[in-house]
Amino acid sequence: MSAPSAPTLPTSTPAKSRSRRTVRRPAPDGRRPGRAGRALRRNLTAHGFLIGAVLCFGFFSWYPMVREVLLAFQKTEDGATTWAGWSNLNYVFHDPAFWQAWRNTLLFTALALLLGFAVPFVIALLLNELRHARGYLRLLVYLPVMLPPVASVLLFKNFYNPEYGLFNRIFEVLHLPQQQWLQSTSTSMLSVVIAATWMNMGGATLIYLAALQGIPGELYEAAELDGAGLLRKIWHVTIPQTRLILSLMLLMQIIATMQVFTEPFLLTGGAGPEGSTTTVVYLIYQYAFNFGNYGSAAALGLVLLVLLAVFSAGYVRLSRATDE
Amino acid sequence: MRSSWFRPARRASAATLVSVMALAVLTACGTSSSADNDNDAAGGSSDPTAPLDPKAKVTLTIDCMPPAAKKAELKEWKEDVAAFNKKYPNVTIDGKSTPGQCEEPARFTAALKAKSQPDVFYTYFTDLQQVLDNDGAADISAYVTDKTVPALNDIDPNVLNVLKKDGKLYGLPTSNYTMGLLINRKLFTQAGLDPNKPPTTWEDVRTAAKAIAGLGKGIAGYGDYSAQNTGGWHFTATMYGLGGDVISADGTKAGFNSDLGKQIVQNLHDMRWTDNSMGQTQLLKWGDLQKQMATDKLGMFLAAPDDITYMVQQLGADYANFGMGPIPGGKATLFGGNDYMIKKGSSPDKIKAAIAWLNFKTLSVGKGQFEYARSKADGLPVGLPQPAFFIGASKTKDDQLKTESATMPVENFRAFMDNPIPGKAEPPKAQEIYKVLDNVMSGVLTNKNADPAKLLSTAETQVNQVLANQ
Repeated sequence: MSAPSAPTLPTSTPAKSRSRRTVRRPAPDGRRPGRAGRALRRNLTAHGFLIGAVLCFGFFSWYPMVREVLLAFQKTEDGATTWAGWSNLNYVFHDPAFWQAWRNTLLFTALALLLGFAVPFVIALLLNELRHARGYLRLLVYLPVMLPPVASVLLFKNFYNPEYGLFNRIFEVLHLPQQQWLQSTSTSMLSVVIAATWMNMGGATLIYLAALQGIPGELYEAAELDGAGLLRKIWHVTIPQTRLILSLMLLMQIIATMQVFTEPFLLTGGAGPEGSTTTVVYLIYQYAFNFGNYGSAAALGLVLLVLLAVFSAGYVRLSRATDE
Repeated sequence: MRSSWFRPARRASAATLVSVMALAVLTACGTSSSADNDNDAAGGSSDPTAPLDPKAKVTLTIDCMPPAAKKAELKEWKEDVAAFNKKYPNVTIDGKSTPGQCEEPARFTAALKAKSQPDVFYTYFTDLQQVLDNDGAADISAYVTDKTVPALNDIDPNVLNVLKKDGKLYGLPTSNYTMGLLINRKLFTQAGLDPNKPPTTWEDVRTAAKAIAGLGKGIAGYGDYSAQNTGGWHFTATMYGLGGDVISADGTKAGFNSDLGKQIVQNLHDMRWTDNSMGQTQLLKWGDLQKQMATDKLGMFLAAPDDITYMVQQLGADYANFGMGPIPGGKATLFGGNDYMIKKGSSPDKIKAAIAWLNFKTLSVGKGQFEYARSKADGLPVGLPQPAFFIGASKTKDDQLKTESATMPVENFRAFMDNPIPGKAEPPKAQEIYKVLDNVMSGVLTNKNADPAKLLSTAETQVNQVLANQ
């Protein structure tokens, strides 16, 4: 707690604390407490909470990250942990699966952005235009997010089954050629992205919808008076008004999709036909838990971390821009 | 009774979650908790060859006690502990049970890294190098003699060698398997084939697969894996059966990009795409083929006898519906299995007590896991051809006891039993190599226009890379 004389926490009474600071009463032992010391005492409660948070984050978030960085430069062999320098990174960069995993991950990211970015936005636009049953449809759109990922994946695995799956039955009715879906190098990644988009788009749709509803109606009215059609309204009002949210979501999706693991792991056993769905995080999993090679797993994790840190920096800058 | 390629497969969903958490956990725990060095014995001898002092007080934590859901197995475990304690009243057996498999890769590797494995821990034959890299197991060479383990000289030396590194012994086997051709007897009969004579060459397999697939109704004649390292594992087994190997004799280079390798890939391609006898669904992993066969949708696949246990106990199939023949080609067969190791840093008394327990529970003919009359009375299966790591007099005795209490038609496995094929261990860096070879299997099974030569040469480059990084 703060000093007994202070009726409230200083943070809530900036004027008072400023006046107290000017008094500069000497401490009983004749020495004046340092500025930091006084600030600390005044904010004891706040610091108490802070320590808890720092300990939690430190133990569960930061320490593992530090350990990961250390592990990336260590090797454990025949019981001895030694410094390995760059050899783990060297191993990772020379693993033929490394470049394939990055190609696959970038393909996933690109496809996921095309689908996972555009589809929820279009759905949000449609929902926003609805006059009836909007809440009901909003619930329906969000429903897949509430399904456990494993259940959704099993569902799609059955849809994609080339023998009895729903998608091939639909293609049959439409007289389209039967597809191998997950089982062909040419369609495996797209199939994974379709499933992933379906599973995850609910959240994005709701965010877009909230952004759309924040656009003042007058802007649309003004545009209509100027003779703008639907597309022009979207282009000249909706998109500029939601630009910041759109860019934030774009970055968040890039960060999320670069770490994709669950969907390819469960849908295609991780690797897919000829390794066409091996992602970077799956490769990390392979190194660590199938090969027991923690050093390389940590090294690859580090590469991913550095790359995502760049994106995150961009994200932070953007969110600052949003706040202003 | 299965080696590491199975592990991710069966618990895929859990593994996904665990993987993310465990990465954090294993990094967090990496430096904590040192090996358990307690000397909880008074009066024990540190001389490895001296027998365990019956007065020595020892507590052993042990992996893989049957979970409560496995009532009969748990009852037998408790009975065995009681019988063991009659001789060693001061040894406390503290069994740790896990639902599902005794060893899951994510949990196992994390425990190893954190040095939190039990005193007596369960591993697969393929785990030794990983355990040693993490300084996890005690060298028990001096403790294991024909006094402490009377059947020692009747344990197949091939099996014991897998548990040795640089001449030192690190584990004791509990079971082992060799691979063969598992068949569905009902489908064989329906297709006009003789279920007592499973195919022994790949030409015969192809012919039989065509006949079975001809039954229609979505039935496949032959099935194979191509995901989560199990594809590469089966490719290796096929290679062994035909007398080949996946690595060169000196172990430094890939050895599968050969005429034999091409022949295997081409044969799979033709069965899949020309004969259409392998079903349309691919990218299968451990557990998938068993489901197909248990529901009479699949005629044959390469397997170990314990797959039958899985199909009967977990999938509700009937023992009488299955049979086994030797692996096609019959030159050599891939073998594996599991064993117990003792945590490094354990006191000599602990090691002695652990060996006494393992000897009683898993290595004595007619006792522990080999007490067939009791298993039969408890409603557990008796009569599967494996585990079979005994040779000589112990084997003769074990076979006799097994036959006396068999609960299933043992003659269904006659073709497999009567044609023993020399076992061959898995290659070094097995999982890495299997992962690369998965691509060959998935390539040929999912792509009609796959080029066997190209698939193999790409994989060769990758495996050479893996072996160069040893």
